Amino acid sequence: MDNAYLIETVIKVVVILLIFSALAGIGTYFERKVLAFMQRRLGPMNVGPFGLLQVGADGIKLFTKEDIIPTNVVAPIFKIAPVITAATAFMAAAAIPFLPAFTVFGYEVHPIVADINIGILYVLGVMAVGLFGPLLGGMASANKFSLLSAARAAAVFISYEVVTGLSILAPIMMVGSLSLIDFNNYQIENGWIVWSQPVAFILFWIAAFAETGRTPFHLIANDHEIIDGFGTEYSGMRWGLFFIGEYANMFFISFVIPIIFLGGFGDGSVLGALALLGKMAFFFFFFLWTRAAWPDVRPDQLMWLCWKVLMPVAVINVVITGFVMMF
Amino acid sequence: MEQFNNRNVAEGGYYLVDIEDYPTDGWGKFKRVVKRSFKGELFVGLWVVLREMIRFDIHTISYPEEKMPIGPRYRAIHEMKRLWESDTERCIGCGLCEKICISDCIRMDTKIDEESRKEVSEYTINLGRCIFCGYCAEVCPELAITHGGEYENASDQREHFVEYADMLTPLDTMKANAQKEFDGFGAITPHEDERVKKTPLSY
Repeated sequence: MDNAYLIETVIKVVVILLIFSALAGIGTYFERKVLAFMQRRLGPMNVGPFGLLQVGADGIKLFTKEDIIPTNVVAPIFKIAPVITAATAFMAAAAIPFLPAFTVFGYEVHPIVADINIGILYVLGVMAVGLFGPLLGGMASANKFSLLSAARAAAVFISYEVVTGLSILAPIMMVGSLSLIDFNNYQIENGWIVWSQPVAFILFWIAAFAETGRTPFHLIANDHEIIDGFGTEYSGMRWGLFFIGEYANMFFISFVIPIIFLGGFGDGSVLGALALLGKMAFFFFFFLWTRAAWPDVRPDQLMWLCWKVLMPVAVINVVITGFVMMF
Repeated sequence: MEQFNNRNVAEGGYYLVDIEDYPTDGWGKFKRVVKRSFKGELFVGLWVVLREMIRFDIHTISYPEEKMPIGPRYRAIHEMKRLWESDTERCIGCGLCEKICISDCIRMDTKIDEESRKEVSEYTINLGRCIFCGYCAEVCPELAITHGGEYENASDQREHFVEYADMLTPLDTMKANAQKEFDGFGAITPHEDERVKKTPLSY
């Protein structure tokens, strides 16, 4: 492993970490603004122009708040849980190509940390490990509601892992590779996968909501219980890490969906890169949009939807794809 | 102001929402699920919120800078009015407000002054106890105590809740002929003159 590669990788890691930590903060701003506009409110307005500095104010508050470890919690696990959520969210970013390769001062940069040959499997796997954040945090919290929420989170995540995996299986069969770069290149020649796999696209999209714990499936931190689910006992920056993890996850899954189904960055031109960012922005916006429009479903409805509807549909989709490819 | 007075929220009149019977068997439930899944109801919800976002008809009032107009019948902090003719206080010290106050927050002391007229020497309203029911304004025969529109009276000092001088119309306002007559709760209604009857003794 030569030094140039090492330095390049470190720089890429740092850049991704910085950009997406900041984006997670700005994501909360966008969420508050979009939700406010959809509900005919103004949203944050007072800190800075149009409330733009609200993110900074929130950051200062989170960082300077007292770090409370309540009595009776299992302290080491309680402390490590938010780190798991945030860390796995960012680790998943390692195999995502954010932009096409470009050249800076005659040096070709691939904006992907590691183009590993199990790309999509790695992304989904590491995102699934993020489940341990809410699960351990809730179980270690010495709080009944946190425990219930942790159980719910585990049930939702594990169930929807199945749908994600099965729905993505059909495109993987077509592409014949797990690398997201290969997905992108396949779509240059054969057109967007969404046209040949619309069912898989919708299933994956639905599952993405469960994976990130967003509103139709926002059962992890259940708003109906008034309290914040597994995060009830958390305060300050530990809670903030859960938040950063959630929003970073939203951004990464918003990158993954267009790369797999909607042509990614295309042939690598500037236009293609902008198109990818535009698609990402749309999917991120859709996360906020649904939060304003749709109610949450009950946990039993969620399980019913997953095991009795989405999973059979995904299996049938895989079987049909297999038959079509065979003959 | 007019838009706040319009209470006819349902312009087209109310109508009953058509609610189907709840399915009892599995097949009925299945049919309902299929119907709901493919009817596109979810997209109706999405469209409604997006429409509101595009329309950008924001209803927020950024409060300290903007304030809602309040109605004349609004019952906020009391005001003690002065007579137009002599600029003296209208209060005649009858004690009705003190008597009727259900939260017992009005206290007054009266004495006979050198012209053998009744004079109010002490008058306090404990706004910390007041429930702003408006009985005092309604019972006042002289329209001396009324409710005003000033509702920003939060304070960390109890003494701030009983300042009589703050409620009394200042003298320079009277000099400028700027005392606002009260047309809200307990005030004389517009056509009172035509409706007033003579005392029973005269007929």
